[in-house]
Amino acid sequence: MTWVLENLGLIGSLSLEHLRLSVLPIVVGFVLAIPLGWLAWRYKLTRGLILTVTGLLYTIPSLALFALLPPLIGTSFLSESNVTIALTIYAVAIMARAAADAFGSVDAGVRQSATAMGYSPWRRFWGVEFPLAGPVLLAGLRVVAVSTIALVTVGALLGIDSLGYLFTNGFQRRIVEEILAGVVMTMVVALVIDGLLVLLGRALMPWTRGHPTKVSRRSPVPNAVSTGISPDGGGS
Amino acid sequence: MIEFRDVVKQFPDGTVAVDGFSLQIPAREITVLVGSSGSGKTTLMRMINRMVDPTSGVIEIDGQDVATIEPVKLRRSIGYVMQNSGLLPHRKVVDNIATVPLLNGVPKREARERALALMDTVGLDRHMAERYPSQLSGGQQQRVGVARGLAVDPNILLMDEPFGAVDPIVRDELQQEVLRLQRELGKTIVFVTHDIDEAFLLGDRVVILEPGGRIVQVGAPEQILANPANDFVRTFVGADRGKRRLSVREVEGRRIVVDADGHPAGVLDESAGANAGVGGAGAGGS
Repeated sequence: MTWVLENLGLIGSLSLEHLRLSVLPIVVGFVLAIPLGWLAWRYKLTRGLILTVTGLLYTIPSLALFALLPPLIGTSFLSESNVTIALTIYAVAIMARAAADAFGSVDAGVRQSATAMGYSPWRRFWGVEFPLAGPVLLAGLRVVAVSTIALVTVGALLGIDSLGYLFTNGFQRRIVEEILAGVVMTMVVALVIDGLLVLLGRALMPWTRGHPTKVSRRSPVPNAVSTGISPDGGGS
Repeated sequence: MIEFRDVVKQFPDGTVAVDGFSLQIPAREITVLVGSSGSGKTTLMRMINRMVDPTSGVIEIDGQDVATIEPVKLRRSIGYVMQNSGLLPHRKVVDNIATVPLLNGVPKREARERALALMDTVGLDRHMAERYPSQLSGGQQQRVGVARGLAVDPNILLMDEPFGAVDPIVRDELQQEVLRLQRELGKTIVFVTHDIDEAFLLGDRVVILEPGGRIVQVGAPEQILANPANDFVRTFVGADRGKRRLSVREVEGRRIVVDADGHPAGVLDESAGANAGVGGAGAGGS
């Protein structure tokens, strides 16, 4: 424990740096994947194309992608953007498929009923399809978050500091404790973000909370208020 | 009044769902389109609010061709109640009822006020307002669906097999509720069902359809029962068998009505005369 105790400051600042590097790819990846996933869900033609290409992107090894990006997009080899862009690509690769599944999970009857009510396509998307796709989108986002947080460490090989620094540094200096600290803290960051996403999901999607009860405790006998005017308010 | 003139609908796959359909649907009455699956009844109803556009032909509402009305605007002016309620699972009951007023830009508070009043109208306890649809029984959800359909006080209410998925007892209740509401509100209701009993109970006019949206017979339920147009209708309405084939038998000085199998269906009310309610036979003993 001595190494850890002596380097709490370093571990703390690397954890924050790690978090900072992870957030942008997760958010941008999610935002980009929504329209791609929608197109993949909506049209047969684009479905095959989008899902195949994003699937292939995910098979590119991360280290190779970090190294390939600078000549491709003209960034410097030491630039943080390489890591950010590469991780965004992976995030899109995972999230696009999840988003396609998410839009597919929305009940066709509900979609149709929204149309019959007079929702325009644009409002129907934001008011009905997007929120109802929420639970599956969230599941995908959680995978993206954890995967991104794990992959950020690879950036250390290019000199982009994150908790991955503890791996490279610990390996060079043969300090096992340092490597372990890196592993544990990466997991902690991942767990914290995952927990926050779950809480966010609960706050934004209150209708999914708990098990739907057919008849809650407060309700009177179902359908006892059948014909005629029912008594107003509670009090039953 | 809603009028169909020579309406044809052919789907992209070549299926002809409706082949030359013409009908006038009078205002402030319940018109029931009844037929088995494939009769085009739902397609016909959906052409009224442009969920489906006809391949050819014209549909007019009070003399105005619906093709000239922007679909979103048209749909917001017509109430729609569908099977399995079609409620938005992520919106509370009160917000579901207020859906269309909110789309129309009515302030939230005002829309919710009106939604609560509508809950009274359809016989829902107001304390269910803050629940989500999944927390209600099937019958309650369907009541919410009806309230939502009435939210903008539309002249026209389209009901697409709204009670197909609820159990028979609840269905009876909901059907009576529709009749009560119609006595109070007097809407132009187009009701689609495959259940002839439901059609006879609710319909001021019943339109019996064959596949391809061909009209076999149109009329008041008693007219159709008294004079089925052909064997198809006779079989479909069950006029020649079972519980619709009623006869009178005298038991201990009272006249009892029995069905074709000899099961007692009720007591003959001698004082009621020939104008007795049409619903008597279909409503059973409830």
